[in-house]
Amino acid sequence: MVSYIFRRILATMPVMAIVALFVFSLLYIAPGDPAAVIAGDQASPADVERIRQALGLNRPFLVQFGSWVWRILHGDLGTSIFTNLPVGSLIAQRIEPTLSLMVITLVLTLLIAVPLGVVAAWKAGTWLDRTIMAFAVFGFSLPVFVVGYVLAYVFALHLEWLPVQGYTPLAEGFWPWLVNLILPAVALGCVYIALIARITRAAMLEVLQQDYIRTARAKGLGQNSILFVHALKNAAVPIVTVIGIGIALLIGGAVVTESVFAIPGLGRLTIDAILRRDYPVIQGIVLLFSFLYVLVNLMVDVTYTLVDPRIRY
Amino acid sequence: MLVSRRSLLRAAAAAPALALPGVLRAQSQTTLRFVPVIDLAFVDPIYATAQVTRNHGFMVYDTLYGINSALEVSPQMLSGHVVSNDQRQWDLTLRDGLFWHDGERVLARDCVASIRRWAARDGFGAELIAATDELSAPDDRTVRFRLKRPFPLLPQALGKAAVHAPFMMPERLASLDPFKPITEVVGSGPFRFVANERAQGVQNVYARFERYQSRQEGKSDWTAGPKIVHYDRVIWTTMPDAGTAAAALQTGEQDWQETAPHDLLPVLNATGDITTRVLDPRGYTCMLRVNHLQPPFDNPAIRRALLGAINQADFMTAVAGSDPAYQFSPIGFFAPGTPMANDVGLDVFRGPRDMAKVRADLKAAGYNGEKVVLLVPTNSAAQKPLGNVAADMLRKAGMNVEFTALDFAVVLQRQQKKDPIGQGGWNAAVGNWQGIDWLNPAANTNLRGEANAAGWYTSERMAALRSQWLAAPTLAEQQRACRDVQALAFQEIPYFPIGQYKQPTAYRKSITGILDGTAVFWNVRPA
Repeated sequence: MVSYIFRRILATMPVMAIVALFVFSLLYIAPGDPAAVIAGDQASPADVERIRQALGLNRPFLVQFGSWVWRILHGDLGTSIFTNLPVGSLIAQRIEPTLSLMVITLVLTLLIAVPLGVVAAWKAGTWLDRTIMAFAVFGFSLPVFVVGYVLAYVFALHLEWLPVQGYTPLAEGFWPWLVNLILPAVALGCVYIALIARITRAAMLEVLQQDYIRTARAKGLGQNSILFVHALKNAAVPIVTVIGIGIALLIGGAVVTESVFAIPGLGRLTIDAILRRDYPVIQGIVLLFSFLYVLVNLMVDVTYTLVDPRIRY
Repeated sequence: MLVSRRSLLRAAAAAPALALPGVLRAQSQTTLRFVPVIDLAFVDPIYATAQVTRNHGFMVYDTLYGINSALEVSPQMLSGHVVSNDQRQWDLTLRDGLFWHDGERVLARDCVASIRRWAARDGFGAELIAATDELSAPDDRTVRFRLKRPFPLLPQALGKAAVHAPFMMPERLASLDPFKPITEVVGSGPFRFVANERAQGVQNVYARFERYQSRQEGKSDWTAGPKIVHYDRVIWTTMPDAGTAAAALQTGEQDWQETAPHDLLPVLNATGDITTRVLDPRGYTCMLRVNHLQPPFDNPAIRRALLGAINQADFMTAVAGSDPAYQFSPIGFFAPGTPMANDVGLDVFRGPRDMAKVRADLKAAGYNGEKVVLLVPTNSAAQKPLGNVAADMLRKAGMNVEFTALDFAVVLQRQQKKDPIGQGGWNAAVGNWQGIDWLNPAANTNLRGEANAAGWYTSERMAALRSQWLAAPTLAEQQRACRDVQALAFQEIPYFPIGQYKQPTAYRKSITGILDGTAVFWNVRPA
């Protein structure tokens, strides 16, 4: 297992190299000029060109790429064009809110979606199953920002139970941290809950047809034991797969959620960097997310071995 | 009824959480919470052109002259000035007791360096330096201009509040390249920038500068008069979504939102806790910029023919809604309600539009169906609706419009191109400016006639009129020159003015003292 993990991590390097080349090239050829953004609407071409030169943006592609790769290999993600701050420190400032939001959303999703899917499968064909699936369709259909606004209106503006915006670092207290994340996590989690619930239901339905489940019933095992010990464990592989794939949904959804709830996370940093064409920041974040996603896939593969002892690497 | 220990512990644990939103909402007597219109990306107001950076500048820097809401200029950092009989020497004297945030005294040579750095980026400043033989600091408190010719508008130049405002900095910072950003924020303004609490894209914090020496005489009015600070701290929180910011204002999580969206004004006004108000009656003046280098708008007759199609009220309704309190038309080339604004040529915008006549006039002027590439930034709250109306108007006028939807960064880049549209060029683009950017021929960069800005408007006559205005010794003569400027502008059409809208601010009734003008933070205090 350890050597498998080691080989997988080594295998990320060519992947990261391709991602790096791809994202750098894409930004280089994409329209938009950070110098023009900095200089503003009333700038003369001479002003814009002076700023471009000062930023080193007029150097040839290979020179810029080579310089960037050299810095990456030395652990330096570069410096933001706009803030003059190291990209690494910008990311470090903003990573906690995004990770916090993703973790809370993931925990909430698993606590809600998996039991819903199990119950829906257990009561397949009944009003309960149809109601749960209807909620799942609803969850898929509503955009994150719509859910976010509705939640903010009801729970923050109208009932005044929760804050409408902002983020409190965990270091300043668990409850303040959690309170700020409840509404965003519910908004972000809706699609994820819908997805996981449906996949859980489908996987459970297949497993509940199996002979060993009939044997378990015949043995007199209780319903809870059958569902959550025998059936769920065997249905876990596709569920874990979709959870892993869904991390990408969370990353994308976090961008919108962070904007709606004014959470100072990586999603907002990404959007701001894209709108301004802050190339070093965009490149650094894309590399980070790519690496994180590769790691998530690795964790999913490792998790398979925990839920299904037949899977070994 | 017995209460179990477990339930009691649960309730006790939940109580702080229930109280937390209230804590977050509680108004502070010492800290003001503000939501700026956009994030403060740059802290150097000479390098960056964003209005938010200019507002930041007024927090931490000071200017030699201030300007009040009636656009009257008066000494601010100065105790006064002395002008020679031939009007060619100005001696500006700094007030006593001015200090930088790092504890050093403000010296005249700091101001000399600051003026030079500012003038390298600002049109009005460039005019002043062009008229200057020597700018020097003969002693620690005197800034001396020895001029080539009289420059009666020197105080107006050094007191302007529009971007780029002439902020004073320590010489060691002001000596840096104006095309590279300063990252160390040291000014002499009423607030210090708390750099170690800055979270880029999220939050900027200012603390009262204890050694600030405010003017004592006069009335606090915009950037003129005393600057008395009542809050120990001001926190700017960036919120990308204006609706969220408005909600935060309603719940009391924020005290002041710089720009309240027009469509949310009824909601904000209905709460009873919030005041909405237009601070700057000059508002935002909007334009349809055209490319003078490429057909069809390289033809002045075509430009003139299109004037009849413009319904400024339509443009402004698209941005600000139909409430007449928030829009004004017709406007010319200077912001309405300002000293240089006049009525010359405005009749062309009055009365119903006759599109059939416009089509005929365009044809007579030589328009043959050439494509018009209209650049529209989709991520600009104001410019997107302006672009929609412009496209509709041009099509109704019979023009062959290619609506090119781009994000703002790409629009800025593409506007810099002079190539034909087949090689990635453009013909028209919308824009909105603060009204104070259109105060006079020196401030309005789009009127210079020196092909200095996108559109590449060139006119020796306009440049001559601007020089005439700069040399005009009295207000009456300046206004006469601006009437001539506007008359010429309606002949040559550097751009199409398409109306003025006013942008309200919104703040909780628990604060008071917000001054007219742009968002400034002295005089603001708990109610």
